[in-house]
Amino acid sequence: MSKILLLQGNQAVVEGAIAAGVKFFGGYPITPSTEIAESLAERLPLVGGKFIQMEDEIASMGAIIGASLTGKKVMTATSGPGFSLKQELIGYACAAEIPLVIVNVQRVGPSTGQPTSPSQGDIMQARWGTHGDHWLIAITPASVPECFELTLRAYALSEKYRVPVILLMDEVIGHMREKIELPDNYDEIPQAERKQPDCAPADFKAYAADESLVPPMPPFGNGYRWHVTGLVHDETGFPKGAGSATKAAADRQYHKLYDHLDDIVQVENYCMEDAEYAIVAFGGAARTAYEAVDMARKEGIKAGLLRPITIWPFAENEIQKLAGKVKGILVHELNRGQYVYEVERAAAGKVPVYSYAKYDNEPATPAQLLAEFKKAMAL
Amino acid sequence: MSMEQLIDKYFRPGRLPHIWCPGCGNGIVTGAIVKAIDKLALEKDSVAVISGIGCSSRASGYLDFNTVHSAHGRALPVATGVKLADPSLNVVVVTGDGDATAIGGNHLIHAARRNIDMTVVLYNNSIYGMTGGQYSPMTPYGSKATTAPYATIEHDFDIAELAKAAGATFVARATTFHTQLLVDLIAKGIQHKGFSIIEAVSACPISFGRQNKLGGPADMMKWQRDHAVMLPAWNKLTEEQRSGKFPIGLLYEVTDRKEYTEAYDELIARAQGGNK
Amino acid sequence: MKYELRLSGTGGQGLILAGIILAEAALLDEKLAIQSQSYGPEARGGASKSEVIIADEVIHFPKVTKPNLLLAMSQEAAAKYSHDLDQDSILITDSLFVKDVPAFGGKVYELPITHSAKEELGKGLFANIVALGALVKLTGIVTEASLVKAVLNRVPKGTEEANKKALTVGMNLIK
Repeated sequence: MSKILLLQGNQAVVEGAIAAGVKFFGGYPITPSTEIAESLAERLPLVGGKFIQMEDEIASMGAIIGASLTGKKVMTATSGPGFSLKQELIGYACAAEIPLVIVNVQRVGPSTGQPTSPSQGDIMQARWGTHGDHWLIAITPASVPECFELTLRAYALSEKYRVPVILLMDEVIGHMREKIELPDNYDEIPQAERKQPDCAPADFKAYAADESLVPPMPPFGNGYRWHVTGLVHDETGFPKGAGSATKAAADRQYHKLYDHLDDIVQVENYCMEDAEYAIVAFGGAARTAYEAVDMARKEGIKAGLLRPITIWPFAENEIQKLAGKVKGILVHELNRGQYVYEVERAAAGKVPVYSYAKYDNEPATPAQLLAEFKKAMAL
Repeated sequence: MSMEQLIDKYFRPGRLPHIWCPGCGNGIVTGAIVKAIDKLALEKDSVAVISGIGCSSRASGYLDFNTVHSAHGRALPVATGVKLADPSLNVVVVTGDGDATAIGGNHLIHAARRNIDMTVVLYNNSIYGMTGGQYSPMTPYGSKATTAPYATIEHDFDIAELAKAAGATFVARATTFHTQLLVDLIAKGIQHKGFSIIEAVSACPISFGRQNKLGGPADMMKWQRDHAVMLPAWNKLTEEQRSGKFPIGLLYEVTDRKEYTEAYDELIARAQGGNK
Repeated sequence: MKYELRLSGTGGQGLILAGIILAEAALLDEKLAIQSQSYGPEARGGASKSEVIIADEVIHFPKVTKPNLLLAMSQEAAAKYSHDLDQDSILITDSLFVKDVPAFGGKVYELPITHSAKEELGKGLFANIVALGALVKLTGIVTEASLVKAVLNRVPKGTEEANKKALTVGMNLIK
């Protein structure tokens, strides 16, 4: 049985979290993500989970790292400035390979910026915000139902690959209310499981991985007594100063994700089958793009939309294929131009790549995007 | 149990020798932690030791418990997550004066305020040792440091008073000279239901002692002996007599304040009972 | 069918709730709907808006670009949010607050929304529900049965009868 509801994107993330089996949230209030914290403060105790409002964004990250070590599924939610504060421990979570999910409902920045206006200005922060070489996953919903689905997917990916997953939202999607059909009962939703060691505690090496390159991760308190550190460590989990250890750790953390791009990277193709010209857009900006494509088609223009659902790792193969298929690509994003450089790099000069950057507090209207599209493609 | 037996039982094989300098007090404090745990006969699996970054925070890697060597200043938030998510664990936080009171100062006052059940052992060696001798918020006023070549003009924290004011319900201090007291206080702190903090005054002969001409390790231990005063004696001293000295012992304890994870369990029961 | 509404006024008049109720009524009618709003400092007083799009087919772009109807419950909102009305649009104003009606070539209904709420229900607080009654009566954009159901789903217990009366008061404003 299911129920039909009108829900905000942020509320759909909360439903997704409960459905995914999240039992711990550590957060700090920040617009436009606060509804997630408020709602989980009410919901988590009802399922025996814990919500804690920490003293700052850094502490929120620390708390969810700690809770994840006990085997719980954990979440925090924030927006740009808070995301910056979390970056220190996002680096830690990458190094120590701690599964967790960070929701970033983007707003106009830098700094306090326009706290209530939509933006997609944290695309690069999501990838490169923390220090050092690191690899993680960022996914972006473009509808309220997808907020629910991608929250579930965030846990599936995070637990499978032992990696922080960023649910990279924007204010358009976070705050709009839309129809969603939810199961009455979440008991039948498959729960992501963390790989457990199959050896005895005495033989356990905390960061020794099989061919999946993802080490098993037992919860604290069940006999394995392992060590977690942000120092470069070898397969024992203990610090190792050798250059070979640094390289081995980086290579394994890279390959555990980038050898599985088929599993991780998702895009949606809309009207792409016979498309001659393409728009690339994601999240709230994609909502404009669907309608602009429909309008273009009515004018007889063979337009299509490629919507990256996975933002990081970058949809390298999909963009390369697109560049081999269409005559031009317009990247539409709610910032001064970030993702477009990645598309340009992948297209490698095969087709022209244009940018329609919108960064004036409002999403582009479909008519505005269509006009820019026609201008760019000289149609 | 002899120290050798304690090492065999509670230290991870192959992780020693430790990185601490000759004469450093950190080994004594770490030894006191395992003696306290042994005294309480805690199951090793039930103990989580969470540290930050700095000399003292390296202790977590040597100890055969569930251990986290977290980020600089962040031991308490990580410990808060561990404890709240699994209250059955006995959580011990290992931190230094810079880690706990400078970069982690905000976390310290809030963990104390929540009265969450954990035991903080604050190794106070008055200096940032790992980075080579910079002053911390607990470097005594007027001391020299590599970042205070003309001596510090910043007043130092009295961490016991700070923790007490912030809401800690068990506040104690000992020195590496008074090791039996240190062991007893850590054990009592672990038994205490709530936020406990034990300041362990520890010598750093290399980075603090040398810059301030305090002599060798033995001289610095003697300084501890001569300046620390047991609380009952301290209470009888005049202000004048107290000058330059500090009290040790169990400085403050209250037991009537609800512990955080217990309060959370009650909150869950209330929520599930339909009461806001 | 696609119908775009913008409910505007001052923060605190309950227009976000009115937009949510209208969108939920549309879902009860088995239509699709999206509601969005302007947040911001302006939501604490000043002009604020809540937008609703109701359609039979999938709605991609969530913001109103061509309003079929604008409800303006303050002078500032009437001025700020009427720029994209055309001769096919409808403007409903609260005559207590909007004295200077913007000219745009379409139909205008100057209704005593807040005045009626105060007179007949004793509280201006019901103005948002009165307005919903009026605009649904005028447009038929959702069924009256779904509107009543949606209102009752959202209002505090004990206020059901007063809110039903508010809807009737609003409907009666349309002759």
